[in-house]
Amino acid sequence: MPWDRNQMAARAAQELEDGMYVNLGIGIPTLVANYVGDKDITLQSENGMLGMGPFPFEGEEDPDLINAGKQTITELARTSYFDSAMSFGMIRGGKIAAAILGAMEVAENGDLANWMIPGKLVKGMGGAMDLVAGVEKVVVVMDHTNKHGDSKLLKECTLPLTGKGVVDRIITNLGVLDVVEGGLKIVECAEGVTEEELRAATEATLV
Amino acid sequence: MKKVYGSAAEALDGLLQDGMLIAAGGFGLCGIPELLIDAIVESDVKDLTVASNNAGVDGFGLGKLLDTKQIKKMMSSYVGENAEFMRQYLSGELELEFNPQGTLAERMRAGGSGIPGFYTKTGYGTQIGEGKEVKVFNGEHYILEEGIFADLSIVKAWKADDTGNLVFRKTARNFNPPAAMCGKVCVVEVEEIVPRGSLDPDHIHLPGIYVHRIIQGEHEKRIEQRTVRKREEA
Repeated sequence: MPWDRNQMAARAAQELEDGMYVNLGIGIPTLVANYVGDKDITLQSENGMLGMGPFPFEGEEDPDLINAGKQTITELARTSYFDSAMSFGMIRGGKIAAAILGAMEVAENGDLANWMIPGKLVKGMGGAMDLVAGVEKVVVVMDHTNKHGDSKLLKECTLPLTGKGVVDRIITNLGVLDVVEGGLKIVECAEGVTEEELRAATEATLV
Repeated sequence: MKKVYGSAAEALDGLLQDGMLIAAGGFGLCGIPELLIDAIVESDVKDLTVASNNAGVDGFGLGKLLDTKQIKKMMSSYVGENAEFMRQYLSGELELEFNPQGTLAERMRAGGSGIPGFYTKTGYGTQIGEGKEVKVFNGEHYILEEGIFADLSIVKAWKADDTGNLVFRKTARNFNPPAAMCGKVCVVEVEEIVPRGSLDPDHIHLPGIYVHRIIQGEHEKRIEQRTVRKREEA
């Protein structure tokens, strides 16, 4: 059985180490926060906050306190606030240890596409291009194939890029792969998924 | 010099011109200069270029200036929470220049700091880097981005003293300081103007040198995505 959303998030949480400052993207990456256990992780929200807390209780929402997805959130004892220039200064400056993001396509050289589909409504890249360019370790969490069964791990991306050669590790419903010299390297298969099945679902060169 | 004005319209008097570049603070609907936007809607200024991370929602924030078709061009990182924006954009009435969020913030900060250009890795090898100068530093590729020098900054802060020293609140700070810095003239709206000396000088987020005009007013502070958890989960 391939991993479900929560199992993918739990596997992604294993990438995080005690003491890390981390940025989580929208979607499955957001679920990663539920699986960090007792590791001391500080979450960054790129609209200007370190130490992001959980959603507020009803009636305690503060319009001045939101995350990068514009959702109401809370602060923690460790929280600090800063402006957008400093926020992206720490991203661009390599101070954020890891970013966990969703993707539409990843290529075997680490190219990432996750911000636009030509011909469809384009809402913008937000902070994604800055994150993938600046953060030390970029982990992508995504489905291995699209709804037609075609691989989303490609030799070359077909969609406009978010970043060139930026992805370090890919966690899909079928397993974990690293971007290495010459292509992708299988790190592990999801429980119940064979290496053969993973290979068959992958267009990118496997080394 | 008197910086405190009685209303948003008074504070903007003489500053608005057709075709001007305005830098606006805010992220989503958080920390947006809603009173100054309303006053610009009431003026007849048009053909504006607005540098702002987002473009408001239908009927609120910068969405109001889109409804009145006063904006010619947006410089933003994320838009489309807004049906009227998309309609105008798809019909070609509205120009849009996408900027990566951090690049937009740094372009404002740079403009306000007298830095006309800087190199960043962000966007190299993507559509954003097309046509921009590329330079290699220590084996890595960077693209040249230009500072933003706005004609006017419109900004929202929490508190100000009468000299324009500003304090922001929580994540409502966001783009407000860099937006404030990059304008020739900066007009700020706050929730409270406090007496000189009552703000701790060590706790000023943006010094009054960047601030030219201040107004105080009531803010709606609309929430875009209200998310909560249940008490039992505590």
